[in-house]
Amino acid sequence: MTAELGHFALILALFMAIAQATIPLIGAERGNAAWIAVARPTAILQFLLVVLAFACLTHVYLTSDFTVLNVIKNSHTDKPLLYKISGVWGNHEGSLLLWVLILSLFGAAVAVFGGNLPPALKARVLSVQAMIAVGFYLFMLLTSNPFERVFPPPMNGQGLNPLLQDPGLAFHPPMLYLGYVGFSMAFSFAIAALIEGRVDAAWARWVRPWTLAAWCFLTAGIGLGSWWAYYELGWGGWWYWDPVENASFMPWLAGTALLHSATVVEKRDTLKGWTVLLAIITFSLSLLGTFLVRSGVLTSVHAFATDPARGVFILALLIVVIGGSLALFAWRGPKLTSTGLFQPVSREGALLFNNLVMTTAAAAVLLGTLYPLLLDALGGGKVSVGPPFFNAVFIPIMIPMIAAMAVGPFLNWKRSDVLPALLRLRLAFGAALIAGGLAYTAYMDGPVLGIIALALAVWLGLGALTELATRVRLFQEPLADSLSRLFRLPRASWGMTLGHFGLAVAIAGMAGAGAWTVESIQVMKPGDKVAVGGYEFVFDGAEKGKGPNYSLVSGRFSVSRGGDTVVVLEAEKRVYNVSQQPTTEAGIHTTWRGDLYAVIGDPEGNAGAYVTRLYFNPLVVWMWVGILVMVFGGALSLTDRRHRVGAPHRRRAAAAAAEA
Amino acid sequence: MNNRVLFVMPLVVFLVLAGYFAVGLTLDPKKLPNMLAGKPVPDFALKPIKGRDDKGFASADLKKSVSLVNIFGSWCVACQVEHPFLMELKATSDVPIHGIDWREVDPDAGPAWLKKKGDPYALVGDDPRSRAAIAFGVTGAPETFLVDAEGVVRYKVVGPINKALWDDTLKPLIDKLRQGGAS
Amino acid sequence: MRILILVLLVVLSAGPSGAVDPREILKDPILETRAREISKGVRCVVCQNQSIDDSDATLARDLRVLIRERLTAGDSNQQVVDYLVSRYGDFVLLKPPFKLTTLALWGGPLLIGFLGLAALISFYRRQRMRQSAAAPPPLNDKERRQLNDLLDGDPS
Repeated sequence: MTAELGHFALILALFMAIAQATIPLIGAERGNAAWIAVARPTAILQFLLVVLAFACLTHVYLTSDFTVLNVIKNSHTDKPLLYKISGVWGNHEGSLLLWVLILSLFGAAVAVFGGNLPPALKARVLSVQAMIAVGFYLFMLLTSNPFERVFPPPMNGQGLNPLLQDPGLAFHPPMLYLGYVGFSMAFSFAIAALIEGRVDAAWARWVRPWTLAAWCFLTAGIGLGSWWAYYELGWGGWWYWDPVENASFMPWLAGTALLHSATVVEKRDTLKGWTVLLAIITFSLSLLGTFLVRSGVLTSVHAFATDPARGVFILALLIVVIGGSLALFAWRGPKLTSTGLFQPVSREGALLFNNLVMTTAAAAVLLGTLYPLLLDALGGGKVSVGPPFFNAVFIPIMIPMIAAMAVGPFLNWKRSDVLPALLRLRLAFGAALIAGGLAYTAYMDGPVLGIIALALAVWLGLGALTELATRVRLFQEPLADSLSRLFRLPRASWGMTLGHFGLAVAIAGMAGAGAWTVESIQVMKPGDKVAVGGYEFVFDGAEKGKGPNYSLVSGRFSVSRGGDTVVVLEAEKRVYNVSQQPTTEAGIHTTWRGDLYAVIGDPEGNAGAYVTRLYFNPLVVWMWVGILVMVFGGALSLTDRRHRVGAPHRRRAAAAAAEA
Repeated sequence: MNNRVLFVMPLVVFLVLAGYFAVGLTLDPKKLPNMLAGKPVPDFALKPIKGRDDKGFASADLKKSVSLVNIFGSWCVACQVEHPFLMELKATSDVPIHGIDWREVDPDAGPAWLKKKGDPYALVGDDPRSRAAIAFGVTGAPETFLVDAEGVVRYKVVGPINKALWDDTLKPLIDKLRQGGAS
Repeated sequence: MRILILVLLVVLSAGPSGAVDPREILKDPILETRAREISKGVRCVVCQNQSIDDSDATLARDLRVLIRERLTAGDSNQQVVDYLVSRYGDFVLLKPPFKLTTLALWGGPLLIGFLGLAALISFYRRQRMRQSAAAPPPLNDKERRQLNDLLDGDPS
């Protein structure tokens, strides 16, 4: 019954979306207020219907209803509760339901909180949002129905990939989807602007909060994925340039460019056409990612099971949505006239430079990801494009931008001088050189890139702090005055500083974890000692045990430094009952200096000896902290009163009430 | 005018990409080309497996007549699908089928499997460390190579051989090779 | 002491691996480093998207062992790699080779960068043209005198 209810809710949602996609749009064209007003209730209802469908799917998972095909393929009665829930979206059909849930969530949010939007614009935005939803409902109902039934039901399910039975991974897809599905809102705003033939400062101000929210979630989602890979996959790697990772990274690059570009539109009434194009491109990259993951055109560790019918459908969806929007852009784009003028050396110039680098980087990643397919389609044979290519190409592109990021915030709008900014950054520059020098003496034989990255991180980090200090006139005015300035700074400024500073911290982490990891692989008997990265690991022995749905071997390591015990690490190797698949749970101890990381492997001989892999990974936690700081900065910006366009209205109403 | 071109470019680029994607949907990214096509069989000399009376299987054995080299393993599910057809070939055709027993962890596993399911092979070589398989550029089992009488690889089948493949492709090719070259 | 330094070198420069087994590790640290370097660039052909250094698959292990055997037998890095390419094609290299067919790949980012830069330059140039076109023509002498009179407060 529940499955049928969910299925029916989905069908109703489709019809609601069709209504939402057509009536308000026509109403906006004709100036019919009643038709325009249809947008709000349909958006909210559509969302509620999808919530119902999602709740139904969750229910069949929680009750282990094995008459539903999706539950059979992805669940098992032995699975812990959390993973029964996360199993809902850990598969193709369920994840599509999550897609439309978030799509309709953003639509409903604009319907409810977008009070200050002009009605016609809001109607168009919600209509476009609904059009995308229609595509996805059709996709689900025609090719990927999560509620498909099977009779007779089997005794139990086929379990879930044990790699996915992990708290970090449970939250990774929702976070990621909130991100790159959230960019659909910027897309809808862009299309609405093209239909209206107008982009103004108000449009930019309305687009920003939605784009910023999506960006925060996507940053967090990518960070979560990397963090999960690091502690779960067993050798301390955190980024592989896998096609599906790239599929989430490209919208991030484009989305970051969009955030910066929208600022210019808002403040200086220029770069309109480009910003609208960026909004289209960002979401298009999200859609492209969906295609790549589910169509089977690329090999990836992340890929869902593929089916040609699905691939064809998504491609058709892509052509309609992306092709349609780009055609609209080609036709109506020239109508968007800009008035603001600026010099190359100015804040706008710096933001435009950011855009240039980010889009070049995104294009390079896209090229590398798609190249095997492109070459094969031309009959040029099979070729692999792996991390060596991406690292060789991506890093040099980003270096000039990171260097420029310290200077950019110092520049004034319209026309500025770069020399005063550089002079103020003397301290940051000196510190960067010192940091580079220290890194060189410590890791003379390591990759040069590590040293450069660390120096850049110090430059950027201190540069961001210097800019903040300059703004509050630190050391130029009494300290109390500076402090009061600090607290009166608009939150969006704080957001920028934290965003840039967070990136610097993350880059420092990447330098350590990417360039200077120390690894030691050996067979250890209980009592054996190994020195790794200045620490001493002693193997205390291993014992067997059982978990809820797996059996395990647990190894213990006592780690000391300079004679003092630092920690006792426990590493596990699990074998899951249903799939017989092994996974490693590394024993990790995190410090600011780096991570101690121990992995226990297969037994060797009969004397209690095991294969062990021991690592010291410098500065890893800085990556996670840096990403958190970035997300926090973005969230802080979101709470800036200037971004909550509804706020002035409320204050005026409050003031009026106070006077009455 | 120049402006217009700029605005149309993104659409054009996308449509070109979409064209590639459409073609891509018909391709299999994991299907590797046959690097050995038209080249002599790589040199190898494999020891025999237990329970058979041959002396093993070496590349020199392939320079006598048109033959098939079949890579299999007792762990391989698709090989079980293919096996009945290989037995049928042994009965109905005079093309020798040689086997390479790939990556058997337990030296008794391969022989036991053949004893249970039947042995269609003329010669079998044991390849526990994938040396021969790698030399052939094998990425999975079963894979079968058609080798002519001079020891040149002529065709590669990835996956199980079935009757349709035999009738449409392999048999005609074998006949052609036998007529064309020395037998 | 030298051996210790060599071992440290191997350990420091090799970078993490998911799958190398201690029994595979060669006694000679220089050869072992070479083996690791090569392995990191070789794609595991039976996996979804990993190097043989990272993969647990048996074929990946066999390839790692094969590489070490060939290095021990005296092959150069290039010879080992060439052997694998002769068996599996360019697909087995994680770093795409520099060939005619990959010209678009390696040259692409550079080209895109230049196009972007060119677009930027042309954007600024067009801006400047717009600016000077929108700017009012300079004053002639009569107009300038008028302006000065007005500024000096002389009502004429």
